[in-house]
Parts: sequence; C-alpha cells; structure tokens
Amino acid sequence: MPSGEQLAHDAAQRVARASYGRLVAFLAKRTRDVAQAEDALAEAFVAALQDWPVTGIPQNPDAWLIAVAKRKHIDGTRKHKSRADAADHLLLLAEELEDMAKSAPAIPDERLALMFACAHPALDPGIRSPLILQTILGLNAEQIAAAFLVPPATMGQRLSRAKAKIRVAGIPFRVPEREALGERLETVLEAIYACYAQGWNEADHLNNALTEEALWLGRLVVELLPGEPECLGLLALMLFLQSRRKARRFDGGFVPLLEQDITLWDLDDINAAESLLRRAGAMGQIGRYQLEAAIQSVHAARRASGITDWQALCLLYQALYQLTESAVVKLNWAAAIAEKDGVAAGLAALPNATAFPELEPYQPYHAVRADLLARSGKIDEALAAYARAMALEHDPAIRNFLSKQAEKLRHTLN
Amino acid sequence: MQYMLMIYGDESGMANMTQKDGEQMSAAYAVYTQALLKAGAMVGGDRLHSSADASTVRVSGGKTKVLNGPYSESKEQLGGYYIIEAKDLDEAIAWAAKCPGAQTGTMEVRPVWKVTM
Repeated sequence: MPSGEQLAHDAAQRVARASYGRLVAFLAKRTRDVAQAEDALAEAFVAALQDWPVTGIPQNPDAWLIAVAKRKHIDGTRKHKSRADAADHLLLLAEELEDMAKSAPAIPDERLALMFACAHPALDPGIRSPLILQTILGLNAEQIAAAFLVPPATMGQRLSRAKAKIRVAGIPFRVPEREALGERLETVLEAIYACYAQGWNEADHLNNALTEEALWLGRLVVELLPGEPECLGLLALMLFLQSRRKARRFDGGFVPLLEQDITLWDLDDINAAESLLRRAGAMGQIGRYQLEAAIQSVHAARRASGITDWQALCLLYQALYQLTESAVVKLNWAAAIAEKDGVAAGLAALPNATAFPELEPYQPYHAVRADLLARSGKIDEALAAYARAMALEHDPAIRNFLSKQAEKLRHTLN
Repeated sequence: MQYMLMIYGDESGMANMTQKDGEQMSAAYAVYTQALLKAGAMVGGDRLHSSADASTVRVSGGKTKVLNGPYSESKEQLGGYYIIEAKDLDEAIAWAAKCPGAQTGTMEVRPVWKVTM
C-alpha cells in the first residue's frame, strides 16, 4: 500500500506534469526566453514536490508554481544579468504579474502560441518536433535524443541553439492570423505527426511512449483550435494507426497490415477516429490529414466487413497524390492498384526511382517492389529488391520479416 | 527590435538591365522605402556599389592581406540593405517579402546586435 505521503507525491507529480507546458508557455511568452522559463520552472517543480506532500496541493497549483517560478526567475535575473538588463527583465515581469492579477485565477493557455514559435519556419525543420516535445511536455534532452536516435549532447546543443534563435531573432509567440494560419499550422501538425511516426517506427518502450505524447499533443491542438478540420484529421489518423498497435507485432515479429488479426484492433480508438473524421468532413475543407485518415478508415472497415475496399483506396490515394505529389503516396497508390487491378497494373503504376530519387533509400519502396515482382514471377529481380530492402531496414523485426519473405521465394525456385 | 534586411541578387543581370528596367526598379524601391518611412519602420539603409569595387581584408600573423573583390565568389552578391524596426521576426519577414529585391533575388533577415558604446 502506498503511504499517504506517496499518494500526495504522485498527485503533485501529476499536477506538475499536466501544467508543465502551460507554465513554460506563459512564462516565456513575453521574454521569448524559453530556456530561462524552463530553468525557473524546474526549480519551482522541485519546491512543489517537496512542499505539497506536506502542506497539501494548493487550490490553484498553476498559480502557486508560477509565483515560485517568478521568484526563481527574478533571483536568476539578478544573479546573471548586468543591472541595466535586470531592470528590463524586472519590468517585463512586473507587467506579466499585473496581467496575471487581472486574469486571476485562470492562467491563459499560451501553449498553442509556444507550439507555433517552436514550429516557426525560421527554425531548422529537424529540431521543431524535439523542441515541441521538450517545451510542451517537459521531456529532457536525453529522452528526446533517445527517441530521435541522436547523441544526447548533440540533441542538447541543437535544442539550446534553437531556443537561442527564438529569443535572439525575435520569433513571436503567436497563433497566426486566419489567412496566414495555413502554412504555419501545417508545420505544427507536421511536428506532431513526426513525433507520432518516430514512436510508431520503433518497437521499444520509450518510443511507444512517444506515440502517446503525440496523441496528447493532437488532442491539445483539437481542443485549442476546434474549428480546424486538419487538426481533427490528424488526430483521427493517429487514432486509426494506434488502434492497430497490438496487432502489428506477434511474438516480437512484424505482422503486415493485411495479415493482422483484426480482433486485436481497438474498437474504441476506431470509433473515436471515425467520429473525429466525420466532424472534420462536415467542415467541407479537405486536406492531407483527412485524406490519410480516410485511407486508414477504409482499412479499419475490415474490422466489421472482413474485406478491404481497394477501389475506394485507389481513389483516396489518387486524391492524396494530387494534393501532395509525394513519391511515397504514389508508391502506396501503386500497391493499392495491384490489389484492385492485378500485379501487372501495380508494377506499371510503381513510381520509378530515377524519376523519384527520394525512393531509392526508402525501405518500403524496395519491399513493395519485391512483393510485386515476386507475384509476377520475376524471382531474380524480386530477390535483389528484397536484399536492398533488408540492407536499408534498421528494425530487426521488419528485417526478419523481409528475410523470411525472400527465403520463401528461394524455395519456390527449387 | 532592429533587423537588417540584406538584398542579394545576380549582379550580371543588373549590369545588363535596359534603362527602362533600371528606372522601373528604382521606382519600385522608392515606393518600398516610402512605405517603410510611412510605417515608422525605417532606421537606415543604402544601395551598395558592385562587388567588383569591393576589397576583402584579412589580418593574418600581423600582416594585412588585401584582396580585390568580394568575400564570397557566389553569383548572388549583397547589393544593398535596409535596417528596420520591427516588432518581431514575422514582421521583419513581412517587410523583406515586400522588398523589390525579393522578386528577383534573395533576402536575408538578421537581428541587429545593438552594441552600446
């Protein structure tokens, strides 16, 4: 049995965790100094985890944390800045405290503004997702580095460089105006989806936690921008994928979509995704994530009907390709054509790596090609494609799957 | 905040311009400069002579080495600059996008590091 103190500690930790991003966003909004806000907040959390189990959780934990963080912030400013700089900072803080008094007890939710700052086009695209993860969720550089397969020191350096750029270059903490929202929102959604994909592509525990974090961010964006259909589309897409998490591995082995045990698919996730997609569709403004979610919805329908509607999939891929002109979409489209019209048609529709050089280092390209070649009897070419796919794959479960496919093919030769 | 908007463009294109094109460009810049002045965003700025008239200086081992020409031999050269006052990077980017130089070349936007003396 956990002690009363342990329960209070756990509760304090939950409150602290849930408030992290709100408080970083609020503290950094005026100064644009994310690193300093994080430092002050970290000290406030340490104080909270010591005090709360003894004194009880305060009525307004956010306000308590903000007040302590401000004090730490002011102390830190006094210590580190020259007197002239300190005066500027103290003035800003005084203004913020005044704002807070006016809006008390609710602390305005600036997380979306912070996300837009982290996803600003002036920052290196590769650092945007890690930055959102750190500032909104409070993950540390080691956790993020492990998820993105980068040495922790490198990740730490890149994160602090990005935070410095936000401060020095004057990247605003602001949700863009309606007419400018499109491109910027796309960057935010891209960052969230990249976080999800990162977790989805890896099998280990930490990265599965990453998919949960991405879903949490997806729900947050839907809550903060309820009128944006693409936010709903992205959350639906992630939930459709999430519904299959138990079915995609068996005994540690990789199970391709068409061979998955559909009874393992999570119905609650599927139903939630369907309802989000319907809500998005009612807004009459189609986009990339809604189309991708619709594709997953067709696959999910197999849970009820036992069949896959390849005709519908081909149409959806066609629409998605017209929208994105993505080589990967063209590849998936070709795979769907092979199911609808036969292997020869699929091979003919397969994008060519000369025209789309980005496909050459892309494992699924060689795997799909190998499968289609094998099914059309071109065994040698298929084996060569499997070899290339295996060489490109990092996940041992998938590499093992590819190797078994190639092995089966070799048997047909004898 | 202050930002420097640096206008990079292809100098050979500039040299081969007809008089009419040149006049049109000057007019476009005049309108742009007026807009900056009217918005109270103009801090300063000028057009630069061609990079052929540039000299490059570097001191190594106490010796001053002077070379003829620009620092970088790229096709696009710094042709002029504005220093503007803007609320944040987005506002500076919006001004850079309106500059006639953005149509034909590349704009670089850099925050100014104010040095107090």
